[in-house]
Amino acid sequence: MAYDKFDILNSTAVPLPIENVDTDQIIPARFLKATERVGFGDNLFRDWRYNSDESPKQDFVLNNDTFNGKILVGGKNFGSGSSREHAAWAIYDYGFRCVVSSFFADIFRNNCLNIGVLPVQVTPNFLQQIFAAIETDPDCTFTVDLAQQKIRIDSTSASEGFEINPYKKDNMTNGFDDIDFLLNIKKEIKKFAQDTPL
Amino acid sequence: MRKTLFDKVWDKHVVHQIDNGPDVLFIDRHMVHEVTSPVAFLGLKNRNIKVMHPERTFATADHNTPTINQHLPVQDPLSAKQLDALEKNAAEHGISFWGLGHEKNGIVHVVGPEYGITLPGATIVCGDSHTSTHGAFGAIAFGIGTSEVEMVLSTQCILQPKPKKMRITINGNLDNGVTPKDVALFIISQLTTSGATGHFVEYAGDVFKNMTMEGRMTVCNLSIEMGARGGMIAPDEKTFHYIKNREFTPKGPAWVRAMDYWQELYTDKDAKFDKEFFFDGSGIEPMITFGTNPGMGMGISKSIPTADAIEGGAATYQKSLDYMGYNEGESMIGKDIDFVFVGSCTNGRIEDFRAFTEIVKGRKKADNVTAWLVPGSHKVEKAIKDEGLLNILQASGFELREPGCSACLAMNDDKVPEGKYAISTSNRNFEGRQGPGSRTLLASPIMAAAAAVTGKVTDPRTLTN
Repeated sequence: MAYDKFDILNSTAVPLPIENVDTDQIIPARFLKATERVGFGDNLFRDWRYNSDESPKQDFVLNNDTFNGKILVGGKNFGSGSSREHAAWAIYDYGFRCVVSSFFADIFRNNCLNIGVLPVQVTPNFLQQIFAAIETDPDCTFTVDLAQQKIRIDSTSASEGFEINPYKKDNMTNGFDDIDFLLNIKKEIKKFAQDTPL
Repeated sequence: MRKTLFDKVWDKHVVHQIDNGPDVLFIDRHMVHEVTSPVAFLGLKNRNIKVMHPERTFATADHNTPTINQHLPVQDPLSAKQLDALEKNAAEHGISFWGLGHEKNGIVHVVGPEYGITLPGATIVCGDSHTSTHGAFGAIAFGIGTSEVEMVLSTQCILQPKPKKMRITINGNLDNGVTPKDVALFIISQLTTSGATGHFVEYAGDVFKNMTMEGRMTVCNLSIEMGARGGMIAPDEKTFHYIKNREFTPKGPAWVRAMDYWQELYTDKDAKFDKEFFFDGSGIEPMITFGTNPGMGMGISKSIPTADAIEGGAATYQKSLDYMGYNEGESMIGKDIDFVFVGSCTNGRIEDFRAFTEIVKGRKKADNVTAWLVPGSHKVEKAIKDEGLLNILQASGFELREPGCSACLAMNDDKVPEGKYAISTSNRNFEGRQGPGSRTLLASPIMAAAAAVTGKVTDPRTLTN
């Protein structure tokens, strides 16, 4: 599915300074039963966000009006666990367009890139600077510039570069997806398939 | 150039290389289940295209299926709708479908090898992270997201950057009571849940050579739990013997041709890995987890580590122990157990049920324990009955359920209640994994058996001769 183009994102951020945030926390398995991609944002971090009686857990960051924005900042090894793309969908559907961490799990990172959520991997030191900036001022904004591959803390002007595969960068910048690309080389694939026994 | 096992299989499947981009990798066999496929099929519909190679695509229902009364309509309307969608999508695109009640139904990673869908040197994907299981046969097998499922359905290819390569070598003899599950939990405890991220792992050494195919599947299955996309083991006579004459394996001249390729599938001497680890098999104990990720495991005779002995943040570590209701420095032996789950794509094969039965034979299920024994497939279920294991299990107070993923991820009704402790042969002990508020201890089938008959965490070696 083609998605929104990603250019420059300027936004406040929501801090989640926990390590090893796994996909079962991002979206518990019992919410994976939809046959269409709708409504996943409501169940983002469901069991951290709500008590068993559905009342909001006041100490969880998504229930705290102080923190808002299109950027989610997580601890090391964000998105470990299952391959469920629903985790990335939930993050997107909730309104995030970028996730920042010092380390991402592979499948989660791919899933994000495939639906137009930009995973930005920074150094552990810069991650701490980001958390500190939000703690100092929750209204502090960040600028994520995909073309320049840079993230900046606007309040301190500190910035850091991040890596992204040039092909994926091009896709995100233009809102292309991989299937468009693959369908364009269908002849080549068909030939390969013929030469490859089942 | 000297090649690794991984290089040989990967390079053979590259259709097209993108400059500065990922490789276009041809996928030999694609396995599909009900949870991660409906949105992908919807994508095909929106693009108005058909599945490119239905004969390379295999569908089974497993994740949300009930494990009792499978002959009755599925009660949960959302699960029923998802199962119905898979059946319709499979029919519309001409894909073989082993749905609920079908004699070949079972967990996708259990039935794949059982019917020879899984082959050495093949590329295999599925919208499930434990697709790494199939690496036990020397295949490149990895889990993918739904956008990628759509990619493979529509073009039989996937765009992937070639991962880095890691080799984990373990030699030495395993002690009594140490199973493949313990070997895997030991490795993850050493590497952590992110230690192999970005890498594809090859397992080498006597310990893996000596394992049965079932054991190798357990180890490769858990590769994802240290962050690896997948793990693989070079195929050998044991592998070829296992797959020969299965329904979807090549026959006659095609078998001979395939063997020519398969026999070349090993890492060349002096081939280079990006990372290597070596461990001594004789130092591995029966393992159990005490925290909320699979890297938080320890030998059963050890104590729960202190935060300063653990890499990472103390706050995250404390949050995890608080969730489990445990403290630093405690022994796990004697901890209360409420539920025992034997099953899943990790340990739901016949060998696992044999091992479990061996321990409970002549003993009784503890009264405080609810036990869910869930075979990985109908084939496993049949073997449990045919080998006489069911009679022994029943005499000890256990019942057998019907196949499915069950309490591994608790999408169906097999949920561990809030605050309760489950010893589980599955793969993840994340918060709420087995039901909201559930607490999971990962262990081998024999550790699970020891807990099932004593009602608490018990070193299984105290129950074996």
